[in-house]
Amino acid sequence: MDFPISQSHISPIYLAVVGFLIGVLGGFFGVGGSFIAGPALRLMGMHWNFAVGTDLAHIVGKSVVAAKQHRALGNVDLKLGLLMAIGTIGGAECGAQMIQALKRAGSVDVVVSIVSIAVYVGISTFMIWESGKTLRQTKSSKAAPTEAQKKSDPSSFRHVTRAIQRLKLAPMIKLPVSGVTISLWIILLVAFVGGVFSGFLGGGAGYVRMPSMVYVLGIPTHLAVGTDLFEIVISASYGTWTHAIKGNVDILIALVMHTGAAIGAQIGAISTQYFAGPKIRLAFVPLPLIGAAIVVYTLLTGHKL
Amino acid sequence: MGAPQRNLRLAARLRNREATQPRIVSDMKQSAAVTVRAFVIELVVYTALVVAYFFAVLHFLGGWLFQLQQHHRYTYAGVAILLIIGQAVVLQNVTTFLLRIIRARTR
Repeated sequence: MDFPISQSHISPIYLAVVGFLIGVLGGFFGVGGSFIAGPALRLMGMHWNFAVGTDLAHIVGKSVVAAKQHRALGNVDLKLGLLMAIGTIGGAECGAQMIQALKRAGSVDVVVSIVSIAVYVGISTFMIWESGKTLRQTKSSKAAPTEAQKKSDPSSFRHVTRAIQRLKLAPMIKLPVSGVTISLWIILLVAFVGGVFSGFLGGGAGYVRMPSMVYVLGIPTHLAVGTDLFEIVISASYGTWTHAIKGNVDILIALVMHTGAAIGAQIGAISTQYFAGPKIRLAFVPLPLIGAAIVVYTLLTGHKL
Repeated sequence: MGAPQRNLRLAARLRNREATQPRIVSDMKQSAAVTVRAFVIELVVYTALVVAYFFAVLHFLGGWLFQLQQHHRYTYAGVAILLIIGQAVVLQNVTTFLLRIIRARTR
């Protein structure tokens, strides 16, 4: 089927199936799934600037559904989500301007491909190390876990998280839902970095923000998943707006992809209730690697499937 | 209460538990089967609806959105966000409604 806005020819079934898979991932891991969506659109011959903008638009719809599900399950810290949205919007604009500069220079496809491979592989490597270590520690503790221990969210990065939380940079923000008190500047910095990735690589950049919320801010994994989705609704809407103005959004492709994502997101959100924090993080590991493999393929062969 | 009476009660309780346990397992399996069947039916109905929907969207909105994207970027940006959020809300209601109806019928 022809999509005149991006001047591309893609099967709508392919788009709906990709959307469905991304919907399941989004509901389960709290990530937008851009590490799959971007490369999947690129695989069909779309330029990176269109893949980034269209993916952002599709993620707005998907996140609205998934965030609503997580809110019903009590997995959203509204105060944290709103504060993070401010930092993310600034970062997203910064990322979108970088894409524009690369588009003018004619090197957007190569540069974004290389950056995305580095980011996806880096995230997977870190999460393999951290989740594996945490699960080994949990198994090696011989005493039977108490009810409180079962409900807590173990992490090997806890000492770093505590050190960051001890930084007294005014104003300090109390987050009763997450059980954390932390400097506003750290929240904004984490959000800004996520926003830059969102504007530059597309999607909600949950692959950066979700781990940052767990390891840097010390938010429990289930809350990080729900809050990330809520925050993505606001930041991805802004990203869609700014990319659409710059001519990088094919909304027809986003609408078709979202039809699959709508049903996938419901399945993913319900599934989070059956898994513990470290296991969710370990299951997340192969996903950015799949995205990286697709980008390597398109970069090396230079042609679509 | 005498010891023989207590033993009799205990034996009766054990017999009762043995009788109910397979029933619970069987109920769980039946419930899972109902959920899977309902989900498959929902997927088929949903797919049919969605195919009809996006052909209609592409047919009626395709040209208009293309013109908007070419000449009125700010309007296009606003319409794009409204369309995707509107579709998200409508489709979520459709999937929830379908699942509720199909589950009730399958049961």
